[in-house]
Amino acid sequence: MQMPEPDRAVLARRREIAADLRRLLPPDAVIEAEEARRVYESDGLTAYRGLPMLVTLPRTTAEVSAILGYCHRHGIKIVPRGAGTSLSGGALPLEDGILVGMARFNRILEIDLDNRAVVAQPGVTNLAITEAVKGAGFYYAPDPSSQIACSIGGNVAENSGGVHCLKYGLTTNNLLGLEMVLIDGQVIRLGGKHLDSGGYDLLGIVTGSEGLLGIVTEVTVRILRRPETARALLVGFPSNISAGNCVGQVIASGIIPAGMEMMDRPAIRAAEDFVQAGYPLEAEALLIVELDGPEPEVAALIGKVAAIAESCGATSITASRDEAERLRFWAGRKAAFPAVGRISPDYYCMDGTIPRRELPRMLEEMARLSEKYGLRVANVFHAGDGNLHPLILYDANAPGELERAEAFGADILRLCVAVGGVLTGEHGVGVEKRDLMGVMFDERDLAQQQRLKCAFDAGGLMNPGKMFPTLHRCAELGRLHVHGGRLPHPDLPRF
Amino acid sequence: MFMAGGCRIPTFPGSDVPVPHFQPTDLDQLEAAIADAGADRRRLELLGNGTKRGLGKPVEADALLDLSRLHGVTLYEPEELVLTAGAGTPLHEIEALLAQRGQMLAFEPMDLGPLYGAPPRQATIGGVVACNLAGPRRPKAGAARDWFLGFTAVSGRGERFKAGSRVMKNVTGYDLPKLLAGSHGTLAALAEVTLRVHPAPDETLTLALAGLDVDRAGQAMAVALGCAHEVSGAAYLPAQLTQLSAVERLAGASATLFRLEGISASVAYRAQALEDLLREMQVPVVRLEADVSARLWREVRDLEFLQSERDAVIWRLAVPPALGAQVAQRIQRQLSSARFYLDWGGGLVWVATPTAPDAHAAAMRRAVHETGGHATLMRAPDDLRRLVSVFQPEAAPLAALSERVRAGFDPLGILNSGRMG
Ligand SMILES: Cc1cc2nc3c(=O)[nH]c(=O)nc-3n(C[C@H](O)[C@H](O)[C@H](O)COP(=O)(O)OP(=O)(O)OC[C@H]3O[C@@H](n4cnc5c(N)ncnc54)[C@H](O)[C@@H]3O)c2cc1C
Repeated sequence: MQMPEPDRAVLARRREIAADLRRLLPPDAVIEAEEARRVYESDGLTAYRGLPMLVTLPRTTAEVSAILGYCHRHGIKIVPRGAGTSLSGGALPLEDGILVGMARFNRILEIDLDNRAVVAQPGVTNLAITEAVKGAGFYYAPDPSSQIACSIGGNVAENSGGVHCLKYGLTTNNLLGLEMVLIDGQVIRLGGKHLDSGGYDLLGIVTGSEGLLGIVTEVTVRILRRPETARALLVGFPSNISAGNCVGQVIASGIIPAGMEMMDRPAIRAAEDFVQAGYPLEAEALLIVELDGPEPEVAALIGKVAAIAESCGATSITASRDEAERLRFWAGRKAAFPAVGRISPDYYCMDGTIPRRELPRMLEEMARLSEKYGLRVANVFHAGDGNLHPLILYDANAPGELERAEAFGADILRLCVAVGGVLTGEHGVGVEKRDLMGVMFDERDLAQQQRLKCAFDAGGLMNPGKMFPTLHRCAELGRLHVHGGRLPHPDLPRF
Repeated sequence: MFMAGGCRIPTFPGSDVPVPHFQPTDLDQLEAAIADAGADRRRLELLGNGTKRGLGKPVEADALLDLSRLHGVTLYEPEELVLTAGAGTPLHEIEALLAQRGQMLAFEPMDLGPLYGAPPRQATIGGVVACNLAGPRRPKAGAARDWFLGFTAVSGRGERFKAGSRVMKNVTGYDLPKLLAGSHGTLAALAEVTLRVHPAPDETLTLALAGLDVDRAGQAMAVALGCAHEVSGAAYLPAQLTQLSAVERLAGASATLFRLEGISASVAYRAQALEDLLREMQVPVVRLEADVSARLWREVRDLEFLQSERDAVIWRLAVPPALGAQVAQRIQRQLSSARFYLDWGGGLVWVATPTAPDAHAAAMRRAVHETGGHATLMRAPDDLRRLVSVFQPEAAPLAALSERVRAGFDPLGILNSGRMG
């Protein structure tokens, strides 16, 4: 992975920069010792590592503003970091960059039940928001599997999803407002506790912007009342095709389940061995379908989904009878990553999305690729919304395996795009998928995205080396080209 | 050739002088039209069917770019919950197609045509998206932005580009569909849009509480939206407005409305539960069944109560929902001629007044100021909209940033110039 060439002049001034920052910030907010910086050398994508030039741990918006303003004046790169669980290398440090860790922004600022909103600092964990309002019967809907660790600021930066986003949306659909600091140190507020502000939807743009547009210093999310009941169905199928078919039929029948997850045989086995969730081991594919809402609705829909599953050839259908059983059904799915971690020294988690009906073809192709690369693959799948998580099993200590796993992963993602899908459904582009962006977008698409980046950060100091395969200068992107002195499509009728 | 089709005579508002008028029928022509305009520094006003020309500031333009010929649904896969259509496709065509398969656009786009003097049911899907419209289901189901998955467009640079995709879970690159939604045609001309669609509910029922004052209505809405009964519409109509409704049963008292949608067993259960919960309000509750309920929510959605002469000026105030009642009262105290109603559980306050020198901009902006909310001038005569800020003025750093964003798409300022300014 090629990262931008470190700026030697900046590196040479490291001590001076640290001293400057210590004047701007409280003494404990600047970390210079190498072993202390090491802690930050990678995020959840551990295959990539780098030592940041310096680490700062601000506590207030004013401190973030001081850091960014300083870096802006001196042309120093910034890498924001939340909890460091990114699976795409979004928080990968830069050798000549200052890592801004947001862990100290760890307070919930306001719980406003009347407006069904929570205002939190970005370092608060996803789960802590739900915990804070649970007593009052509310919760925050997006629930990434990493929710005990990942920060709400990181969720905003990645537009994170979870197993319930088919019905309740991604982060972007549950976000009301933000405060953020721009690279020049200016502070802006977007949205609030109201909806649809008018003006350009920069709230929507910052969500999922992977730390490339500024640093989020406050987040306002909407919270929802806990549904009265939730029940899950555990359904075994004799083939991936019949399971995939069932998913399509449930949705076509007008039901949007709270969650609809699929696992293939290798994933079922790994999970069952790990947590004994009671999964049907003879099944080729497993669906977990969760329905939530008022009691009579859930009862009726459970019946309807079971009937559809039956007609699709399900070999086993079990409905959860109580909360303990429902949680047991989920336990295997939620532990799928670590479960796969037990059967292989390393695994590489992919994240493409496809139109759902392409699933059988995808799985077939993946089996073929698995043979070609000589690496096993297990699949967990947010089936309701078409988001695949193939887990490629490899051993980083075996020479060449990491490279093979990466090549395998890239092939899977190319295939996702080829069947009408996308490179990443929820984990982000980061450094990982950066060089594949050209598979999905052409030069002009990417240039237009980078012009947006230029509006926020003309110097390219915010998290460079992530998301975009080539870095163009903003001046060059802004130029209007008259094509060879002529206009495009000279053959077409004119004004 | 780009000839004016149909019977519309292309003119600018308030004038009957015909202006150059271009009607591309495909992406190549659209790209050529905008590239040409750029080369000639010719400013374009973008139109679908022109139903919302009264929204935003009057555009300064030298020619019209009519997108209505970019027409037709090119992809609809009900099982995948996805639909792609040319930006000029009429909304009602799309809605009819979806209805055949028991689906709908969950964000319930409002029809603003009649408010601006255009006939109903003429809006195009491109206009719906460009204005980020939403209806009463907004708090539960989101606005156009939340269902807008991807597009092909031509920027003010005269270059085609695409963003987003056809799948509902996608974080590849910046979420440009969010930016284009609500950009009012000032960044790019949408050629084709892809939307996520949703199953339509089997059944709908509305509970109407009669006679609450606005404060208690605000409380009732907070209770209903804060409970687990999945209210998909919560609105308050003062007595002054219920008498204008086609639902005659509501006349004579204010009405606080709660809509429930879903499968029949669920709707019946929730209606009972909600009624029990709202009993403490100690007012009569009327149940409105499917057709009547649909009629009523259409009135709420499309501002049908505020279409008369005396409602020359209409403001849309987006505020934290718990403060809607307070904001409405404050405005009424100051402007006795104002009429209002609440939607989105109080989060949306519609205010109508007779015309005034500043369109009451100062009063409206004062009223939302402390709530952190936003006031948009939705309807006013052209000269008034030239004079006052139609959209909520942004703080200086944000305004500068927005302007840089705009210039990145349309450096020459040729697309709907001035509309959002
Ligand atoms: C076991 C496991 C399971 C996971 N499951 C899911 C899942 O189900 N769904 C899902 O969507 N993701 C999942 N993830 C991915 C990851 O947890 C999410 O992307 C999460 O949102 C990252 O949050 P973080 O606080 O760890 O951010 P980090 O990893 O620290 O940073 C992520 C990105 O956000 C930027 N950033 C962080 N904070 C800020 C800020 N305050 N302002 C601006 N930019 C900022 C960083 O620069 C970086 O680009 C999983 C990860 C793991 C390890």
